[in-house]
Amino acid sequence: MSSRLLALLALLILSAAGFLFLGAEGPWAFLLPFRGAKLGALMLVGACIATATVMFQTVTANRILTPSVLGFDALYVLVLTVFVHGLGAQAAGLVATPAMFVINLVVMTALGLGLFALLLRLGSGEMLKLVLTGIVIGIAIRSFTGFLQRMIDPAEFQLVQAGSFARFTYVDPLMLGIGALVAVPALALAWRLRFKLDVLALGPTAATGLGEPPRRVQMQALVLICVLIAVATSLAGPLVAGSSGPSNFFGLVVAALAHIATPSPRHAILMPSAALIGGCILIGGQTIMERVLHLATPLPVVIELLGGLLFLTLLLKRRAA
Amino acid sequence: MISIRNLSHVIDGRPILHDITLDLPRGGITALIGPNGAGKSTLLSLIARLTRIQQGQITVDDLTVGASSDRDLAQRLAIMPQQANVSARLRVGELVAMGRYPWNRGRPGYEDRAQVAESLAKFGLTQLADRFLDQISGGQRQSALAAMAHAQGTDYLLLDEPLNNLDISAARGLMRLLRDMADAEGKSILIVLHDINYAAAYADRIVAMANGRIAADGAPDGVLTPQLMRDVFSSDADIIRVNGRPVVVV
Repeated sequence: MSSRLLALLALLILSAAGFLFLGAEGPWAFLLPFRGAKLGALMLVGACIATATVMFQTVTANRILTPSVLGFDALYVLVLTVFVHGLGAQAAGLVATPAMFVINLVVMTALGLGLFALLLRLGSGEMLKLVLTGIVIGIAIRSFTGFLQRMIDPAEFQLVQAGSFARFTYVDPLMLGIGALVAVPALALAWRLRFKLDVLALGPTAATGLGEPPRRVQMQALVLICVLIAVATSLAGPLVAGSSGPSNFFGLVVAALAHIATPSPRHAILMPSAALIGGCILIGGQTIMERVLHLATPLPVVIELLGGLLFLTLLLKRRAA
Repeated sequence: MISIRNLSHVIDGRPILHDITLDLPRGGITALIGPNGAGKSTLLSLIARLTRIQQGQITVDDLTVGASSDRDLAQRLAIMPQQANVSARLRVGELVAMGRYPWNRGRPGYEDRAQVAESLAKFGLTQLADRFLDQISGGQRQSALAAMAHAQGTDYLLLDEPLNNLDISAARGLMRLLRDMADAEGKSILIVLHDINYAAAYADRIVAMANGRIAADGAPDGVLTPQLMRDVFSSDADIIRVNGRPVVVV
């Protein structure tokens, strides 16, 4: 199993090298830092979403759910919309600056935790209720965002629109640094939860019997998921084509591929495997988009198309999971 | 010893358990029997800390359920989960190895591997260790769950209707293994059973429950009477004796 992880690591290094050195037109002194920052962002976003999705699927005991079901991506667009709506054209200079990034990160984490607190109260601790409530709240957030967007000035709306899609065309090194500062400790904490997540995957009765009451591990995992998704979304925008997608297919694709590439119930294998695959898809995909297809199509659209097909396959072929 | 003191429980305003006081000393198999809705499973899930205690106290030796650390309790008390609740796609060997978690926190050492191998052998699963749980029969799956509880190496073992959906050979096989664990390893086993005859054949002690109260308590011989069948189970089933054991004629 560890040889497969090494193979994935090799694949990641290969796509990273391809991303850095392929089709260079210009001085290396400019290209390397420019591409290096993008590479870092792609890896960070890939690892965050992959790890969060694997944890989320374990916590909810469902392999076709992803965190964005609970309206996380919707929160991001809502924050952006409220911001532009409130400040008007002044926001123009702020979108995609480190300041906006920090605001987004903080607000999203806070709102995300608030959302979870609310969901836990409404769902009275039951995962299924929590998820169903989350879906409804997610729809409410999206509808409210759409309502606000209809009221703002068309020119300002374009700002929101531009910020509402995942983008990797330019990455501010400062934003990347702040993101990494938050995400890396969260990833480390997720790694520390790996054995507890293994126990949790056995079901609530077995987990309690083995001395790991599910509530506590679930809470810890949900907080980490919140932070990880907030970093990824603030850094790259929602990885959902359009803000109305019912499910974040990127996380779904990554988690499903991790189960295929490294079939193991152990999170010590699954989480790094998913993170590596996430990095590979984003970096490899971005390389192909930028260097081969010359940005003819945004990456999320392709991920969404392939993810949709995979989602259907999983749904139709899945065993009792 | 598991001591239950003045335990009452209410679900949605409906009283399920009324002021239950019960001592389960070390060793032997105790079977909880009773009609549907008598509160057997609730009592078991309160001991197993699957449900929070509302009123009363449960202690396991020197540990208090609800107050002592989960890890300490997990090293003392194992719960065998029902098949339907175990969701992960695991291999038999991996499942049994999870039983060692309270001791190794996910990092198995030499002793853990030896214990897992012993548990697999005891439950006749050594050949199946590499098979996935959804590739084996229901009886084998139940054995795997029992082997996991065995690998946990606790003094006490709780089982909630483990014979559900098992054919007679698998059910007898499991009960014989439990009997052996009680006799050879000195484990104390508390088991909720629907089939009174299994309780009569394999348990040392039967606790019959009705309407959230303990209706009868003692050795199978003394407890299983036509009057108990009438009062507790509202059934006129006869009880006859075969080879010195009471048997309910169904």
